[in-house]
Amino acid sequence: MSPATASQLAQAWARLPDYLGAHVTVSLCALALGLIVSLPLALFARRRPGLRETLLGIASIAQTVPGLALLALFYPLLLAAASFTATWLGFSFSAFGFLPAVLALALYAMLPVMRNTITGLQGVNPELLEAAKGVGMTERQSLTLVELPLALPTIMAGIRTAAVWVIGTATLSTPIGQTSLGNYIFSGLQTQNWIFVLFGCAASALLALAVDGALALIENGMRHRRKPLRMLVGSVALLAIALLPLMGFARPHAAYVVGAKTFTEQYILSALIAERLRDAGLSAETRPGLGSSVIYEALRASEIDVYVDYTGTLWANQFHLGPAPPRDEVLAILKQRLAQSGITLLGKLGFENAYALVMPRARAAALNIHSIADLAAQSRAMSIAGDYEFFSRPEWAALTQDYGLAFRTERQMQPDFMYAALVAGEVDVIAGYTSDGAIAADDLVVLSDPKRAIPPYDAIVLIAPRRANDQALRDALAPLLGKISLATMRDANRRAAEGGRSGSVEDIAAGILRSIAAPQP
Amino acid sequence: MPPAITFDHVTKRFGAVTAVDDVSLAVARGEFVAIVGASGSGKTTLLRLAHRLTEPDAGTIRVHGDDIAAGNAIALRRRVGFVFQSAALFPHMTVAENIGITPRLLGTAPAEIAARVSELIALVRLEKDHRDRMPDELSGGERQRAGVARALAARPGIVLMDEPFGALDPLTRDALGDDYRALHHRLGLTSVMITHDITEAMLLADRIAVMEHGRLIAQGTPEELAASDDPSVRYFLSSPRRKAERLRALLPQGSA
Repeated sequence: MSPATASQLAQAWARLPDYLGAHVTVSLCALALGLIVSLPLALFARRRPGLRETLLGIASIAQTVPGLALLALFYPLLLAAASFTATWLGFSFSAFGFLPAVLALALYAMLPVMRNTITGLQGVNPELLEAAKGVGMTERQSLTLVELPLALPTIMAGIRTAAVWVIGTATLSTPIGQTSLGNYIFSGLQTQNWIFVLFGCAASALLALAVDGALALIENGMRHRRKPLRMLVGSVALLAIALLPLMGFARPHAAYVVGAKTFTEQYILSALIAERLRDAGLSAETRPGLGSSVIYEALRASEIDVYVDYTGTLWANQFHLGPAPPRDEVLAILKQRLAQSGITLLGKLGFENAYALVMPRARAAALNIHSIADLAAQSRAMSIAGDYEFFSRPEWAALTQDYGLAFRTERQMQPDFMYAALVAGEVDVIAGYTSDGAIAADDLVVLSDPKRAIPPYDAIVLIAPRRANDQALRDALAPLLGKISLATMRDANRRAAEGGRSGSVEDIAAGILRSIAAPQP
Repeated sequence: MPPAITFDHVTKRFGAVTAVDDVSLAVARGEFVAIVGASGSGKTTLLRLAHRLTEPDAGTIRVHGDDIAAGNAIALRRRVGFVFQSAALFPHMTVAENIGITPRLLGTAPAEIAARVSELIALVRLEKDHRDRMPDELSGGERQRAGVARALAARPGIVLMDEPFGALDPLTRDALGDDYRALHHRLGLTSVMITHDITEAMLLADRIAVMEHGRLIAQGTPEELAASDDPSVRYFLSSPRRKAERLRALLPQGSA
């Protein structure tokens, strides 16, 4: 094992108590909720064909919604519910993290439990139902003494399926703010740290297998009462798994939570801010991998304390404003808008991470393309790739309108693969990001935007409403403002994307901090 | 003293089909009555009506003089034993738990149930070590003995049996039938047995009721039925008669 791999494994291992504990908590709560709701529903619906088919239909539809989307949908739903209760009932709750994750996962658990319970009960031999009546059982006694015990293997199979699904799908609750084993997977995919990805997958698979095995033992013990040891071993195993979260609770929680979106730069910046806060004597932890709109709402609700956003993103996505004025005006307007929600725009970090049209330097030179206007003249024969949202963003609309850009094909890709596709010649142009490490590494060129169709994307530090008057926090963050150049950020992004060969995200963040603290003479 | 069971102009329809058509029948206390008929003649429905496993569309059924429709169905079923066609033992319970189920539902103390189960296992001539076995570990005949024991557990005065020995091999069937008849006398039971086998009915029962298309077409002792000139009854009786004649020819007196 190489030293780099060993150190990545050690880092992954160190995070296991937190991630595994949170994963177990959210999975078991979701499973318990799913059971509490679907078992009685199944019992109630089993002799009512209309209701039965309706419930199974709804559960089946919920099942076909991709896990990631189902989880993401619960967030705005709960946000609306929370604002409703705050307005009308005088209390609010957190629509972030745990609650939406538990609700969405519980919905996922319902179908297998409900379907198997109904199937199991319907599969009981009618002769035995008649016999249960014949020996003098009431309906309830027939259910508890005969039907449920006989349907138990089928019901338990449903519960086991639900457990495996929930534990697997819980890895997708990271983007809505619930810490899980998915944190390994999401951050690993972003930083090309395959050790993390594999570690996360293996941990969640092992957890699923362990819970499945424990449930199998319990089921086996229930069926063979003469072998009570199995039931005991299964119950003890399940209990031990349920107590895993205590490992995470044993450590104190940090005072400040630093959020990060789902890409490399954000992982570095959140680590950088957390490290800076700790240097200033404040306790801090990161909450990485949050979706773009989730993170803003989380800050506004003071679920997280600080994170880095980009002026253009807020301008277009959050406030839906039109064509952007010069960058200082954008900043001033945003500052005012954010203040209306109690959010403090502390200041710019110094670099900009804008969308940009990028080509290989040699190819651009050969075709004599320097600006987007040059590109527009030749673009009809070319293909372009962008990330999942680019082609539906206002920037793209502005680019096509202002320059008359039109391509032969438009392709959507995971950002990491986009650069590889450009270098391999599979696409001619990509919509990349100005601070990307690959621009320098792969000898690419950013085409100029003379008509300023793309708004400015200055990286800015945002502070949650509850920290608005927190001078200690402001003082701790002040040294970072204006100190992170585009070159620094590109270099850090490039190194972070090497999958840990240049050190962990934390190592890279610490390097930036050192260079800020001790500037070159 | 009123009869143990009386069916008074009882009718039961399933959709367009009249399964039991205006049947009146009285079963005296201590009597062993067999109800015979072809498949679909309504005999099983008649028995199920007496246990309130189904409710009549017209007519009255009395047990010991009381209209059962006026009482509690659960209480009725706990005090009238029922033996099912294929024993229908609960597969997830041991033989002992199956036998003791009705006393358990009645709230009898566990020690008392255990004693009663031992007594019943001896009574129906099961092996002692069958007690803790699961039903699927028993033979068909043993399962049906356990089924009879289960029906007798709460000391019912009346036992209803739905083709109890139909699925067994002939030797087991004879042995079980004889054993049951002995129990019937020893315990002073009133027994009603459904069967499609007229020979079995004649050998075991005091009195036979014949059903056809939902109607009760004849009732009486084997002798009385033999005197009937109803063609259906005569047809029914022709089978045992032919069998008896053939057996007499094949097995001459004195040979064994």
